[in-house]
Amino acid sequence: MPDQTAHGAGGSAPAAQIRESYMAQTRRKRLYGGVLLAIFIALMISGFMTADSRNAGGFWEGLHQIFDFPAAVLSEAGEKITELPGNLVKYLPALVETLNIAAVATLIGAMGGILLSMLATRGLARWPRLIPLFRRILDVMRAVPDIVIALVLIFVLGGGPVPAMIAIAFHTVGALGKLFSEVNENASLKPVDGLASVGANWSQRMILGVMPQVAPNYLSYALLRFEINIRASAILGFVGAGGLGYELKNAMAWGIGRYDEAAAIFLLLFITIVAVDQIGSVLRDRLTHGRKEELLA
Amino acid sequence: MLRIEQLTKKFGRNTAVDAASIHVAKPAMIGIIGRSGAGKSTLLRMLNRLEDVSSGSISFEDREISGLTGAAKRAWQAECAMIFQQFNLVPRMDVVSNVLHGTLNRRSTFATLFNLYPSEDIHRAIDILDRLGIAEHAPKRAEALSGGQQQRVAIARALMQDPKIILADEPIASLDPMNAQVVMEALRRIHEEDGRMVIANLHTLDTARRYCDRVIGMRAGRIVFDGTPEQLTTDMAREIYGADASFSEEATSTEIDALDRSAVKAAVAKALA
Repeated sequence: MPDQTAHGAGGSAPAAQIRESYMAQTRRKRLYGGVLLAIFIALMISGFMTADSRNAGGFWEGLHQIFDFPAAVLSEAGEKITELPGNLVKYLPALVETLNIAAVATLIGAMGGILLSMLATRGLARWPRLIPLFRRILDVMRAVPDIVIALVLIFVLGGGPVPAMIAIAFHTVGALGKLFSEVNENASLKPVDGLASVGANWSQRMILGVMPQVAPNYLSYALLRFEINIRASAILGFVGAGGLGYELKNAMAWGIGRYDEAAAIFLLLFITIVAVDQIGSVLRDRLTHGRKEELLA
Repeated sequence: MLRIEQLTKKFGRNTAVDAASIHVAKPAMIGIIGRSGAGKSTLLRMLNRLEDVSSGSISFEDREISGLTGAAKRAWQAECAMIFQQFNLVPRMDVVSNVLHGTLNRRSTFATLFNLYPSEDIHRAIDILDRLGIAEHAPKRAEALSGGQQQRVAIARALMQDPKIILADEPIASLDPMNAQVVMEALRRIHEEDGRMVIANLHTLDTARRYCDRVIGMRAGRIVFDGTPEQLTTDMAREIYGADASFSEEATSTEIDALDRSAVKAAVAKALA
């Protein structure tokens, strides 16, 4: 290569030397990468072998049977395809109950999550010294499985949708609080300072200075959580909280053979998740685009 | 060599490029001028096939480009390098890796995933960086470099592609005058030494005059001027930019020596009066 370093190369090392040091750096990186990859593969294999040796039935013997159950469900549903619309209508009330549990739990959980997330975010917190306390509260709420809370509450309050709702809402506060506080950290503090300068109190600063910035992100996390909660409330039906899960448990039990009904319930759940996803993206779109129009106007 | 016939691009009801025809017989350094929204960027993006063509055709060395899809389209993109106003490098990767991205069309996803580039390619990347005067920055992250240096990394990535055409979309619009000169001179040198075709969108008239063999003027998606820099009169420039008599070429100049020209002072004085 002709020496064309007309500009900016003043006092640079010759190209050969740069080459050499860069190649050394590349070799080092590749070595580290290779070692890491080898460790990763070794851990995956040994972990699998340990897990497989503890497996009651044996992984390889059972592997080919994985699709037996879905195949049985599908074939029975296929045979009784004419009953599908009837089954869908039959389980609609149970679906509504499941959806209600999820919706109320998400709403209450999101409200609690907003409050706790504000209290647990540096720069926004009402009592900065208590941030670690509120963080630990959020951790605890996330750590306790909702099914455990539901079982305790069902024991105390009796079966039904209310214990399930409380259990899911409790978990939602922890999960959304954590996500919301990460959103809050990216919010600009300038409007908050501006509002503080006019003498606004803490709640006013949060409601007017932070909420408008973070609302679209809050909404998308809350909608994702709503989807997860629909599934969670269906699962809680298995332990007596009512709704779709209870029906699914009965329909899915081995031997009784009401797989056509199980298929209808799965279909309902799938349609619901798709609907929530679609409605959610329309809402998010409107929230962000509505804002753009405001800005342009 | 390069034939663009009746090339049109529509976005909904807007026509960004309207029946543009350009013929280039041999490698040249071509400057495209026009005001913002005249369709300059869209034209270049269609040449690189970043945008699809609404109608019309692009052919290069008797090969139809505008209809390519899939792997053939990506192979064309590897032959037709693009340089952007905002450099479009991967900020968190080192300079040499960014230059090596110019060879991605020849690499498999597996090799890319594990960052396995042949040693010859790494050597060539450093040689290209050396040619552009930024070899000492080779191991740094791209984001640690100044704008002018980043743009030269982008040029190095383009050269790594060993392209027949280099497209430059406002390569100096975000640079200070000194760096703008370095970048434009690098592009000119690539054209003269390697015989590659260079097509650059430029936002200042005097840059186009100084570095290009041929100037194309666009207004509202149409080509309204196509000729040598000498043929580009002040009246023609006013026509391209849709400006009135107060338009002065020097007033928008980014050249360092333009500041000495009395015309600027006159123009400023007139503007202030």
